[in-house]
Amino acid sequence: MAKLESTFRNMVLVLTSITLVAAVALGSVYNLTKEPIEASKRAKQENAIMEVLPPDVLIKGTDTITIEGMPEPFYVYHAYAGDEFVGAAVQTYSKNGFSGEIKIMVGFDAKGSIINYSVLEQKETPGLGTKMVDWFKTEKGNQDIRGLNGSKNNLNVTKNGGEVDAITAATISSNAFLEAVRYAYSAYSQNYDGLTGATSVENEVAQTN
Amino acid sequence: MAANSNLKTLFNGIIKENPIFVIMLGMCPTLGTTSSAINGLGMGLATTFVLLSSNVVISMLKNIIPDNVRIPAFVVVIAAFVTLVEMVMQAYVPALYESLGLFIPLIVVNCIVLGRAEAFAAKNTVVKSFFDGLGMGLGFTLALTLLGTTRELLGTGKVFSMTVFPENYGMLLFVLAPGAFIALAYLIAIFNKLKTTKN
Repeated sequence: MAKLESTFRNMVLVLTSITLVAAVALGSVYNLTKEPIEASKRAKQENAIMEVLPPDVLIKGTDTITIEGMPEPFYVYHAYAGDEFVGAAVQTYSKNGFSGEIKIMVGFDAKGSIINYSVLEQKETPGLGTKMVDWFKTEKGNQDIRGLNGSKNNLNVTKNGGEVDAITAATISSNAFLEAVRYAYSAYSQNYDGLTGATSVENEVAQTN
Repeated sequence: MAANSNLKTLFNGIIKENPIFVIMLGMCPTLGTTSSAINGLGMGLATTFVLLSSNVVISMLKNIIPDNVRIPAFVVVIAAFVTLVEMVMQAYVPALYESLGLFIPLIVVNCIVLGRAEAFAAKNTVVKSFFDGLGMGLGFTLALTLLGTTRELLGTGKVFSMTVFPENYGMLLFVLAPGAFIALAYLIAIFNKLKTTKN
């Protein structure tokens, strides 16, 4: 078959049909993958909540907390073992990472001590800032933040007078990470007056998965 | 005879005209994604898929695409495949998508893909283009994995996340951007040395 000539009609026709075919293909794949993409995002969030809380708890109710000066709200997931309040998972973030936003899930027990954390999203430098994924839960020097309490401990890097060792060569990422943790604590303590476990904010209707 | 020349096309991309070590195309994703071996491998395979599909489709369409609009037509085909890969990865291998997510859209502007479309697929048969895409893709994957392994080993003491020597002895530099340039330069030098001695 001879090559089509570059007449105006041919060019418009060919380019239009190619883009049309591409658009249809993309549209249908988008529809096909929409469900799995959302499911995997949800599963990740649920896993993160479970990872940072004690085993065998039930999530009853979610609060949306806004903190002045912060652009986006924080989400607090209440955890109960039977009827007893055992803590909460807080989805928190910092916009001050080395390359953009860091999103983490932090779990607190009923007294406000950190149980565990899980990094949901980050774009830090591979091999440096990315170490935050397990740096702050490794028992070594003062880098472990598990068990620390926002009301008693200074959740800052040691360089800034705090009690936590920063990630080697990734101070900015460490600062951003700890900032997110501090905000998580603020969101948590706003929610639980005096940390007695009694909620001071009206709960939304229980939302469990 | 025909099978022979296809194999030749295939190996042409892997060794003789390796996109990274010889043609030196697509340096941006190469330097950006290879901070670990697994990232290099993942990026290489994603690019291989795009290269393969776009080569086949473009060589099928080569006669109905008028010369004057061939570049926009190629770009549309390539971009469609890249977006497809991105959505499929996000849906079915979220873990890999997370570490490579940033770089997948960059495949669109990877010069290898457009370069092979223009230099090879637009002039050759579908079968030959298939083997060219596969060869170039595998060559790219090989180069990226090698570079990623080198950098991961020197930088953190690990290969594919398995510890080879304690991390404290790693040279941080190799995980960072300057290390990418240094490692790439040495690999290119070694590769070309081996190639010339073989000839």
